[in-house]
Amino acid sequence: MHVDNDAAPLMLAPDVLAETLTSAMGTGAEFAEVFVEDRRSISALFDDGRVEELTSGRDRGAGLRVVAGDTTGFAHTADLSPLGLRSAAEAAAAAARGGGGGVRQVSLDQHTGPAPGPVGIMPGDVPKARKVALLERADAAARGSDGAITQVAVRYADSHRRIQVANSDGLLTGDRQVRTLFSVFCVASGDMGMQTGRESVGHTLGFEVFDEVDVEDLARRAAGRALLKLEAVPAPSGEMPVVIGPGGGGVLFHEACGHGLEADLVAKSASVFAGRRGEVVAAPIVTLVDDGTMPGEWGRCAIDDEGRPAQRNVLIDEGVLTDYMWDHLRACREGRASSGNGRRQGYRHLPMVRMTNTYLGVGDADPDEIIADTAHGVYVAQLGGGQVNTATGDFVFGMTEAYMIEDGRLTNPIRDGNLIGNGPQTLLDIDVIAGDFAMGSPGTCGKDGQGVPVGDGTPTLRVARLTVGGTAA
Amino acid sequence: MDLAERVVGLAVAGEQLEVVVVHERETEARAYEGEVESLTVAESRGVGVRVVSGNRQGFAYTGTLDRDAVDEALAEARDNMSFATPDEHCGVAEPDGVDAADLDLYRVSLADHPTDEKVAMALELERLTLSVDDRITGIESAEYSDSISEKAVATTTGIRAASRETGCFLSAYALAGQDGETQTGFGFSLGREPGDLDIEIAAREAAERATRMLGSVKPPSGRLTVVLDPWVSAQFLGIVGGTLSGEMVQKGRSLFADRLGDDVAAPGVTLIDDPTDVCAFTASATDGEGLATRRNVLIAGGRLDRFVHNSQTARRAGTVSTGSAVRGYSSTPGAGVRAVSVVPGALSQADLVAGIDDGILIQGVSGLHSGVNPVSGDFSTGAEGIRIRGGEMAEPVREFTIASTIQRMLLDIEAIGCDLQWLPMKAAGVTLVIGELTISGT
Repeated sequence: MHVDNDAAPLMLAPDVLAETLTSAMGTGAEFAEVFVEDRRSISALFDDGRVEELTSGRDRGAGLRVVAGDTTGFAHTADLSPLGLRSAAEAAAAAARGGGGGVRQVSLDQHTGPAPGPVGIMPGDVPKARKVALLERADAAARGSDGAITQVAVRYADSHRRIQVANSDGLLTGDRQVRTLFSVFCVASGDMGMQTGRESVGHTLGFEVFDEVDVEDLARRAAGRALLKLEAVPAPSGEMPVVIGPGGGGVLFHEACGHGLEADLVAKSASVFAGRRGEVVAAPIVTLVDDGTMPGEWGRCAIDDEGRPAQRNVLIDEGVLTDYMWDHLRACREGRASSGNGRRQGYRHLPMVRMTNTYLGVGDADPDEIIADTAHGVYVAQLGGGQVNTATGDFVFGMTEAYMIEDGRLTNPIRDGNLIGNGPQTLLDIDVIAGDFAMGSPGTCGKDGQGVPVGDGTPTLRVARLTVGGTAA
Repeated sequence: MDLAERVVGLAVAGEQLEVVVVHERETEARAYEGEVESLTVAESRGVGVRVVSGNRQGFAYTGTLDRDAVDEALAEARDNMSFATPDEHCGVAEPDGVDAADLDLYRVSLADHPTDEKVAMALELERLTLSVDDRITGIESAEYSDSISEKAVATTTGIRAASRETGCFLSAYALAGQDGETQTGFGFSLGREPGDLDIEIAAREAAERATRMLGSVKPPSGRLTVVLDPWVSAQFLGIVGGTLSGEMVQKGRSLFADRLGDDVAAPGVTLIDDPTDVCAFTASATDGEGLATRRNVLIAGGRLDRFVHNSQTARRAGTVSTGSAVRGYSSTPGAGVRAVSVVPGALSQADLVAGIDDGILIQGVSGLHSGVNPVSGDFSTGAEGIRIRGGEMAEPVREFTIASTIQRMLLDIEAIGCDLQWLPMKAAGVTLVIGELTISGT
């Protein structure tokens, strides 16, 4: 297997970057940064029984950030010529309006940084026909699983993103990030209307993903989920214990406390977790980690979008809040190092504090016993995204495959809906965690209009009390 | 348009080409603690190329107007086409003789407005928000943003459509605090030029919405009459509009697929998609394929009247495009609504509330993407609002969900307010009274 482990190649020459940064610092700013990005992507959609389309995309450009006092100026350009870069640098500097003026020459260090994640088969080297063939197989498998499957949409997507970061502290670094995604969305029709089932897999790997992932199996699971819900009963309404299956619960932590531990929201007191470092914020069985280095996972990167190496950060250690997540700007103001969580959707966006791969450490309970030990509640096998108000801590997450638990046994599947809870309370209400563990589906986390890829994972766990938002009494 | 025409000129015999060129300029200023937190001045461009030949379609885009990148996109689109399954309904739009409305959506005053004054508006918004009430302890964000966008579509079938629009937006998220409790509130103002913006309204709404949630409790579970605030009803109507896409109908993913001519909503409900209404923030004279947009009545007096189509879904349905192709430069055209509203009623929100003995006014919802299934119709969202007792606003409530189905909710609309309000989304809001929803709380 060919392994592309080389350091990311330079995109723009160091002297061009240094000159650009010198222009940016010309008005007396304290910090300037150039972020260069070149992203190629392809997406193939098989829908309604046919290859509907293939889309290729290319985006390249640079974002210029200049910080003077409390103000950040930002400009971006798709023109990567020295002239284009300089005018963007001047626009960013003018926006930041540094007070002092004067000249500060910027020189850059040798290119440094961790090697990009290994990729077995670069997606660009794989003929499009092979990608399309995967779609056809998945479609056939989904439709073949039952006559009640009335519609199938299958998507294959890959992207190859090269970035380069240089800043006025002398940093010069880069990364090459490859992502491969495959998803299946099915509709089943029955006497009581239509139901949907979704399944997806995504990794920061190349086409070798499909050595491990059987797309037909993935398709049958998506179809099975839609079929199962044809018999689903309305979800219950009110507070009850909720057991979440392995992999599913990551969304819960992402919303219940992940966003609330982002230093930008903490600094504005727009988080219920502000000022609580060192305090007990969760049950003692809870250890929560954000880890940008997890090999192959969806939120993995060698460096963040500010050039800082990704790292493993323990956020909650046995129930105690140990640290928040940090980007360059917030970390500087606190006189500490960034935690490698400064991320952005692309060169047209400012970086901010974002999660990478967030996961809950394993416990020692038996997953089957957790269910057996629950008299009446809900078991959620697949979650479908969520949302939080970090200032109040109220959060929701959706369930897209769930069952009633009655007398310690899984019974009827239930229809889709949201669950609602309050982050700090929910963390304390986690009363048991199993020894199993799985990563969940690849996600896109939205914040301030920017989407970035994130991963999450959990063992089976139970929250003693959450509010299930169904319609049944 | 020059670039779009140049690329269209590269078409070979037997090939249809469609080129979309987008150019956008944006300014965004954020204030925090009396300082400019960030100021972004940005310009972006993009080109999308669609090729159709032999009933197959291929597409590619690029985020720059550089000649090499655009030529690469054309080559990629042609290559991509060869992998598509033939479909007799494929094809770019043909001119249909409908003239695009002459809409006044571009204000030169926005482009000419000094950046300093835009920044000053963000700072003033923060200052005013903090000064509305002693209990406002801070802001999460206070920002001014605007965009000037220009779009051109050209095709080998003779379509030449160009449009340009300006828009600007003020928004504030206020934090209210009392006795260790924090609540949030959102306020905004929007327009086509800075002079349209009302800083005071945005500030006051953010502050009032935050402070009125102080002391909120989790309500008991039950079934109650619910009043949806315009901000909330717009999101609901946007989802309803999405189910009326001809593409969703044809692909068996619309819960209204077989319901044309049926009574799908309460008799008082008339739902219209009208991108030619200049009041709509999302108004546009032409659609994503360059055809004229038009006023489409979707639900008339409760009866389902029409789905919206682009040229491809129209051909499949044996009808004509409703001018409803929606897309950016980085995607092929879908079929969808753009500016949906219900015909308003006669009463104000206060009058409607006065007529309700036991209910909840919903001022905010969350998790619409995770708890609403537009295919099955299941509807469940997190919510916050004010309890209504005996026609009066009572205690604030939060951390509960409201649930029903989209189908039921449309039939359960009991009253429509007179307070139609265009918002920065594809639907307008108006106060809606919904007969009965399930509340999940304690």
